[in-house]
Parts: sequence; structure tokens; C-alpha cells
Amino acid sequence: MIAYLIKRLFEMIPTLVGITLISFFIIHLAPGKPTDILTELNPKITPEARERLEKLYNLDKPVIIQYGLWLKRIVKLDFGESFSTDRRPVMQKIWDKKQSLLDRRLFITLMINLITFAIILAISIPIGVSSATHQNSLYDKIMTTTVFIGFAMPSFWFALLLMMFFGVYLGWLPVSGLKSLNYDALPLLGKMWDRISHLILPIFISAFGGLAGDSRFMRSSMLEVVRQDYVTVARAKGLPDKKVIYQHALRNALLPLITLIGLSVPGLIGGSVILESVFGIPGMGQLFFMSVMTRDYPMVMCILTIGGMLTLLGNLLADIGYMLADPRIRAKQ
Amino acid sequence: MKGHSLHSLNGVFWRRFRKNRLAAAGGVVVVLMFFVAVFAPFISPHNPDDIDRKHVLEAPSLKHPLGTDDLGRDVLSRMILGSRISLSVGFVSVGIATLIGIFLGAISGYYGGWVESIIMRFIDIMLTIPTFFLILAVIAFIDPNIWSSSAIPGWIRESLRVILIDPNIMNIMMVIGLTSWMGVARLVRAEVLSLKEREFVLAARALGTGDMNIIFRHIMINSMAPVFVSAVLGIAGAVLVESALSFLGIGVQPPAPSWGNILTLGKDNIEIAWWLSVFPGLAILITVLSYNLVGEGLRDALDPRLWDMEI
Repeated sequence: MIAYLIKRLFEMIPTLVGITLISFFIIHLAPGKPTDILTELNPKITPEARERLEKLYNLDKPVIIQYGLWLKRIVKLDFGESFSTDRRPVMQKIWDKKQSLLDRRLFITLMINLITFAIILAISIPIGVSSATHQNSLYDKIMTTTVFIGFAMPSFWFALLLMMFFGVYLGWLPVSGLKSLNYDALPLLGKMWDRISHLILPIFISAFGGLAGDSRFMRSSMLEVVRQDYVTVARAKGLPDKKVIYQHALRNALLPLITLIGLSVPGLIGGSVILESVFGIPGMGQLFFMSVMTRDYPMVMCILTIGGMLTLLGNLLADIGYMLADPRIRAKQ
Repeated sequence: MKGHSLHSLNGVFWRRFRKNRLAAAGGVVVVLMFFVAVFAPFISPHNPDDIDRKHVLEAPSLKHPLGTDDLGRDVLSRMILGSRISLSVGFVSVGIATLIGIFLGAISGYYGGWVESIIMRFIDIMLTIPTFFLILAVIAFIDPNIWSSSAIPGWIRESLRVILIDPNIMNIMMVIGLTSWMGVARLVRAEVLSLKEREFVLAARALGTGDMNIIFRHIMINSMAPVFVSAVLGIAGAVLVESALSFLGIGVQPPAPSWGNILTLGKDNIEIAWWLSVFPGLAILITVLSYNLVGEGLRDALDPRLWDMEI
């Protein structure tokens, strides 16, 4: 098993290099030089100063060399300084050690996505199983319809509707940010509720789309498994239905879901741009959007790379999960 | 039954598709939306660009069935014109993605070896970077005036306009197309792999037919059905992406209307003008839903494994 993991890690290296290549060269699609954005705010800048800046960012060297130098730095997780007015190191803006853990951008995005995952799994598996065992019943049809609507629902529109209903009309939930203005003055329990209430709508929206896909997938996976011979055998030897479904069939039907979860990581992380922009959540997605709009090149390259690495990590975890869950694969190693 | 023999494949296909009532309903909506988009200027009740300062942010009424926006423009008329933009983005970007996917998938499946390794690795990498990050980065850094600049020959710009495509939204179409071809490529590769050792291909090769001829005239012709299904589903995806981009303010730029950028106004006026949020989103939902239903219906109708059932 250890040998397999090491092999998998080595296989990731070319993909990782590819990710850095794409992140690096996308920036060079832009017309003009990256330093243009630094200098255009200051029209009085002298040609000498501009040259100094270009030297600082190695822009006077050939592109390939620039890429090599950049790669050498990011191995040490040094993504350089942000182009924005605060000029802080890029990594510090994503993971600020001076802030409390709950306020760090990368942590916020990861936390929302992990909670979303947990909710999707907790709900989609039972829905999928019961749709499959009651195939073509009214319940199954209602679930199928809901799934189709869930697929087609633009998440930002759903967010707007819920904001309008729960935030504006009923006034029950806050519609923007992660904390209220008076957060620091609240007692401990109040602080906790304040954070939770800000997260309810975003997490509900983010789980809704995934819920549709995964429960549909679970349903068809389950339908396939219950037609297998070993399920018929289990039934024939007189096991109770619950035991057949939840012990014999479910375990096998869950396997493909593990792969699907690994595959859905890039969608969820990418989706955080929309979610965090709509709700004004100060996470990594919102930072990416702002950086793209202000052409903050080091920041954009950094988040693209981190996004790719998170996906690879998700795939690796899915592989491990698969191995733990499926004795056939373990036996092969 | 009339017109199709019981055993003709076309007959089986159409019967199966029509029998699926949801898919047929989706098909009706798709055709309807298509006509709305094409005849947009003739059916919109008002001029979508007419500003009316006296009737700003008015709730739905007989004169303005879906209300007016912050400049007093008629929301229904803007949505009708917006349908043209959303659908053209959907069709063109899927067209681009399908062409790239067919080409790369076909040559990687047919030639194998290092060609296949490189293409497959490239697909892995493209799928690893979160899609929306990639789209956002490319769209922000690509030259926004590329299609209206003099670098593009005038006749191309003119012909784009003739087929109702605004050159300014070509960038969005291109970016969505360039970031969504990977699924098609994988699909086509699998099809080619399963067909390339079949007798009719071997026969063509024995007759000395060229590689490109074999790939595109013999193999691809026989694997168009799944590609077509994935293209129909792709249109739904592209419409969603375009509306999200326009909602964030980096897609279709005002004053050109799009369902996504009307929703941005909805968000800005969320406390006073519900109609700006509700109707454009409903249009996106219904369109995407219909394309998905049609796509799924086509897939089921084309799947021969399901044919022996219930005919």
C-alpha cells in the first residue's frame, strides 16, 4: 500500500509541473507587460524606474528563464509580492498567520467546501438508495425531478432568491460577509451563532447543486448493484431486505461514489468564486476574483497553482479511500 | 407508426424519443426559444435600449409585463434580446469545444503512442485546474478588443454580424469553448479505440485510404451519436457559465443585454425590484433544464441496450 502511494505521488509530478506551466503562461496572454499595471497608476514614473521594476520581476529575461526562476521560488512556497497597493507577500494574503484561523482566506474556502461535502454525502446517499429501492415510485419521480432542477439551477440565482426571501423579506439571516459589524462585542455563544448564521445560506446553496448530481449517481450505481447475482443470492437465502440493501449492496454501490467525489473537487473550488462573490465572503475565491480584476499577476498565478494542487490532493485522497474501501484493489497491490 | 417501418432505426429512435414525455417537452421549449432568439426584434414589445427616466424600476404591469430596470428599459424586451446572446454563446462555444474535442480525441485514439500520452496528459492537467478559475483568468487576460480590432479581417467581422453574433462576445465564446473540450475528447478517443480495429476500417486501410480520411469519414461518422448528445448537454453548461460570467460583470458587457447581467441589476436592487431577479433566472433555469432533458432523452433513445425494452 505504501509502495502504491509513493508511485501515485510520483505520477503527480508531471501534472503538477503542467499546472505551473499553464498558470504561468496564462499571464503572458495579456497584452503588454505585467509591470504595465504597476506603472500605469503612476504616469510620472521614469523609464529608469520602470527598468528597475522589470529587473526586479525578471521581465528582462527570456520567458523560459522567467518560468524557471518562478518555479525555483514556488518550490519554497514563495509566490512573491502582490501587485496591489498593500504589496504584501502573496502567501500571507491567503494564509495570514497573524489572523485567527477562522479568518484566513484559504481556511474559509476549505471549511465551506468540507462542510458542503459532508452535507452532500450525508443526504445524497440515503436519497439515492431509497430512490433506487423504490424505483419508479412517486417518491422516486419527485426526487428525479428535483435532481433535474438542481442540475439546471444557476447557483447565483438561487442565492439571490434565498437572500431575497430569508434576508430581505423575513429578515432571519444575514446576507453578506462572515461576521456582523458588532461581532467583537458579542458574548462567546453570540459569536458562534453569528458565524453559523452567516454560513447557512452559502453552504445550503453550495450543497444543493452537488446534492442533485451525487444522489442521481448513487441511485444508478445502486440500481446496477441490486441486479448482481450476489444480491439475488443474499435475497434467496432469506436475508431481511434491510440487510441485503444496507450491507451487501450499499457497500459495493458506494465505491464509484468515492471516485466521483474526487472528481468534483475542481468544480466546488472553482464555484467558490461565484459563491463568495455573491455573499461577500472573504475567502480564496473572492480574492481570486479581485486579483483577476486588478490584474494582480503574482496573486493569480499563486491561486491557480494552489487550486490545481488542491484538486490533486482530492484525487489522491479519493484513491486512498478507494483502496481502503475495496479489498480487491488492496489485494492487487 | 406510419412512415416508419417497425424495424428502421430512425423509426425506433423517434418513437423512443417521443415516448419520453419530459424530453419531448424539453424539445418543444428548445425549438420555441430558438425562434424567439432568431426573431427577437420582431416580437419584443419595446425597443430593448429605449431609456425612460419617468418609469424607472416599475413593477410588472400591462405595459411592461416583466417590469422595467433601473434606466426604465423594458425587461421583457431585454430578456428576448438576451436569449439571442445566451443561445449564440451556447451554440458557438459548444461548436468550438466539439471541434477541438473531436480532433484531439480522434488523433489520440487512432495513433496511440506518444501522441496519445501527450494529449491525455494535457487533458488531465486541464481538468485539474478548477474550471472557473481557468475561465476567469483567461477571460480577464485575453485582449478584450481582439475580435473588433483590425487584426481580424473585415469580412470575418462582417460575416459574424450577419449570423447574428456580436463580435464583442466572441471572446467569451472562445474562452468557454477552449476550456470545455476535454470531455468530448475523452469520449471520441474511446469511440475511436473501439472502432479502429473493426473490419470496415481495416478494409479501408487495405484499400490505401489516407489516415485523415479513415478517421473522419469512416470512424467519426459512426461515432457521432454520443458526440451529439454531449454537445446538447454542453449547450446547457455553456449557457450556465455565460450567465455566471455576465452576472459577475466579466461576461457580456452592458448595454448589450444578457440574462446574467440583468441579474446583476437584480442583485443591486434586491430590496426594491424582485422582478429583476426572478424572471431572468427563471429563463436560464428553463433553458438549461430543457437542453438537459433533450440531451438525456437523446441519450436514452440512442442507447441500443435499452431498445429491446418497451417498444
